[in-house]
Amino acid sequence: MKVSEDAENILERMWVHINEEKNDSMDLASFGLEGTSAVIRELLESGNIILSGSHARFSEEGDSSGRTVVRRRRLAERLLVDVLNTKKQHVRSSACEFEHILHRGIDENVCILLGHPRTCPHGKPIPEGECCRKAREEFEHVVAPLSALKSGQRGRIAYFDMREEQKMQKMLAMGVLPGIPVNLVQSYPSYVFDLNHTRYAVDKEIADSVYIRIEKD
Amino acid sequence: MLTFFSKKSCCNLENNSQSDLEKIVLIGNPNVGKSVIFNHFSDSYAVVSNYPGTTVAVSTGKGKLCGKEYEIIDTPGMYSLQPITDEERVSQNYLFDNKIFVYLHVIDAKNLQRMLPLTLQLIDAEVPLILVLNMMDEARSRGIRINAARLEQKLGIPVVCTTSITGEGLDRLEATISAYEPGYVASKVEYGRGITHAVNSISALLRSEYGVSKKALAQLLLLNDRLALEKVRQKGEDIAAIEKIVEGTEKEYSDPLNYVMTMERQVFVNGITDSVMTTEVSADENHRMKQNGTHLSLGERIDRLLIRPVTGIPILMLVLYFGLYKFVGGFAAGTVVDYLESTLFGEHINPWVIGNFTALVPYPVVQDLFIGEYGIFTQALTYAIALIMPLVGAFFIVFSIIEDTGYLPRLAMLIDRVFKKMGMSGRAVIPMVLGFGCATMATMVTRTLETRREKLISNMLLALAIPCSAQLGVILGVLSFSPAALAIWAIVIGLELVVIGYLASKVIPGEKPSFFIEMPPLRLPKLSNVIVKTYSRMQWYFLEVLPLFVLASVMIWIGRLIGLFDIAVRLLGYPSQWIGLPAEAGLMFFYGFFRRDFGAAGLFDMYGAGVLTGVNLVVASITLTLFMPCIAQFLVTVKERGVKTALAMASFIFPGAFAVGFLVNHFLTAFGVVL
Repeated sequence: MKVSEDAENILERMWVHINEEKNDSMDLASFGLEGTSAVIRELLESGNIILSGSHARFSEEGDSSGRTVVRRRRLAERLLVDVLNTKKQHVRSSACEFEHILHRGIDENVCILLGHPRTCPHGKPIPEGECCRKAREEFEHVVAPLSALKSGQRGRIAYFDMREEQKMQKMLAMGVLPGIPVNLVQSYPSYVFDLNHTRYAVDKEIADSVYIRIEKD
Repeated sequence: MLTFFSKKSCCNLENNSQSDLEKIVLIGNPNVGKSVIFNHFSDSYAVVSNYPGTTVAVSTGKGKLCGKEYEIIDTPGMYSLQPITDEERVSQNYLFDNKIFVYLHVIDAKNLQRMLPLTLQLIDAEVPLILVLNMMDEARSRGIRINAARLEQKLGIPVVCTTSITGEGLDRLEATISAYEPGYVASKVEYGRGITHAVNSISALLRSEYGVSKKALAQLLLLNDRLALEKVRQKGEDIAAIEKIVEGTEKEYSDPLNYVMTMERQVFVNGITDSVMTTEVSADENHRMKQNGTHLSLGERIDRLLIRPVTGIPILMLVLYFGLYKFVGGFAAGTVVDYLESTLFGEHINPWVIGNFTALVPYPVVQDLFIGEYGIFTQALTYAIALIMPLVGAFFIVFSIIEDTGYLPRLAMLIDRVFKKMGMSGRAVIPMVLGFGCATMATMVTRTLETRREKLISNMLLALAIPCSAQLGVILGVLSFSPAALAIWAIVIGLELVVIGYLASKVIPGEKPSFFIEMPPLRLPKLSNVIVKTYSRMQWYFLEVLPLFVLASVMIWIGRLIGLFDIAVRLLGYPSQWIGLPAEAGLMFFYGFFRRDFGAAGLFDMYGAGVLTGVNLVVASITLTLFMPCIAQFLVTVKERGVKTALAMASFIFPGAFAVGFLVNHFLTAFGVVL
């Protein structure tokens, strides 16, 4: 059920407060809200929240609407920064307006356009949408970590985990680069694979972080 | 590894000899055959084997090429200009500091695509350079054809094709080196706008001159390379300005700069390899493999057997049984030592020497020093030659054969999971196995391990529970009277190794080890290499052992003159009695403080004299095995890990050894075990 923009703002704050900052409920008073205000009444009536005293909790529906609002907000931020090149200081205010425009359907299109981003420009996770799940499943069919390959399976390196500097440097030094052909020889007790004409043995941690585009036989 | 044989001494590890000769430096990835080329051209010897990381320190030698003498320098393998492990750092240092006539970049021809990036980096560094395409035989057998003339043209530097182990192409390399004339070689890589701009701005800031070009240095600085930063800091460059450029550039890219630059460089490498290299047969082979799925070469089939746990572990057991137990423990410790010690020395040499010496030098005090019970000749030399050397020699023959086949990386792969439980990666199996030969050499090799924690744990376990070959041989010989005794010894030592390793991994903080190792193709060991290598290791060991044995003899002699010796032995008699041995065993432990294998030699004597019971022998063997290996190993530990760590280890290990001996003795006597 569609709610007003003010109500959406509250859903958003409440979702972050409960799901990301890990609180049981939201104390209305601490957010400067009153239980009798119009916007709270709207949320109660639409079945999004449940009140016990001055503490608000999500109903099942409320949780999912909160999640969608947060997702739209963060997608909006990504769009503004990545595509529209908006200056950092304007992102917040523009996104506030933008998020209300991105309704179901449009947000999916934006998400696809942006390539299913996982985080907003501030580094917070973007809740996953249906489209992200589908895309990931399709992708996983052809791209999988080296550790998930079966012995004898071939492919080419798609990408690898670059979060740890040291580890990445090691990969680059070994010649692990996108596009290089790989053939998994054995997976126990360690992962043995041919990279072009060099055979390596690596442990699970390294095999987990190299992703292979599997070639079909 | 083990390049310390250059000229007799083991201790001139990084000897930057300052001769006036023009220098030739070998650099390149690990296991591409740099040391083979080094051995061919120079008068020194660097150990060659079939696994990456054999060379851990720089070795130098002199050599005549086309009538002119040069100084030739072999460096540990490095994957890129940016080092990861300590031994790579040694090589990187060589690029910065020394005035070099020419660098030989040795690469594995079959992996041109992976190794050319370093060549391009070296060209960027504007160092005098010759490219050596080595292992041409392996490349050919995989159907790889390389047009060297075109590659030469593309790179602008001389390119020579060789197969160093057969000597193919080395004469051409010699001619190329002596005809080499340095000249400017244009860079082959054009980085993207952002990187180029950053590199230019950084090089503009550098005012001093360095061993490498400013451009190369700027590239390293852009990657926050430690050594590069240190160098420019020493020269008083504007670090703040450089860091600002680096930070700014990092922000411009969403991927790490190292990745970006590597990818951009690879584009140029691929362009070059596409035009100089063809892979014909290999494509056919692929096709064939897809058709019948089972077409594998003999080497590949043996390889599969070695790396599959189902077949690999039984094979490992067989190797241990025949190589270690039968050959070292049975043949060397039994047959050879028996003959040398009792027959050759006991019945012929020693009586002759003693007779002549007594006649020549009629002073009992001097006689005692040289030919007495603990004399330099009768004890130190006899032990070293008749007991220690055959055992060490036998072990190193087996070890050299094993390492030349390329079995060790496969073993590392099999054992990684077990070693992880003890805080080490499978890579640590190489120093561990070498530790059965000589703990001192092995401690140096711990340098090839990546993390400090891993180095510390493997160093600790080497000092604690890995018996060196001489000692192992004696113990295998002594305990061979009963399989049960041998089993108890093996189980206790094994348990100690695993338990202490496990506890150490829990207690010692630091990064978890990660495991990756290159597995070179299996190779048939070359007899000449096995012989030369065994000989050079035995020589090293002998020179390491003998002075200490002689020192022990002299100290015992002095100690006996002033009465200290008796006190020391009597004092050590107490812990001996605690662990159920006769007080005379104190002497054996006294030797043990000098060297574990010296103690084992003492054990061998007591065993021969028949004063120890079966349980005694087991307990004594266990306690001695758990001793610190020797003074040399202690000194290397001090060098690699620091005094504090070394002392801490010693103060843990000696009491620990007696404590375990105590427990085992009580356990065995409580259950009334008779061996």
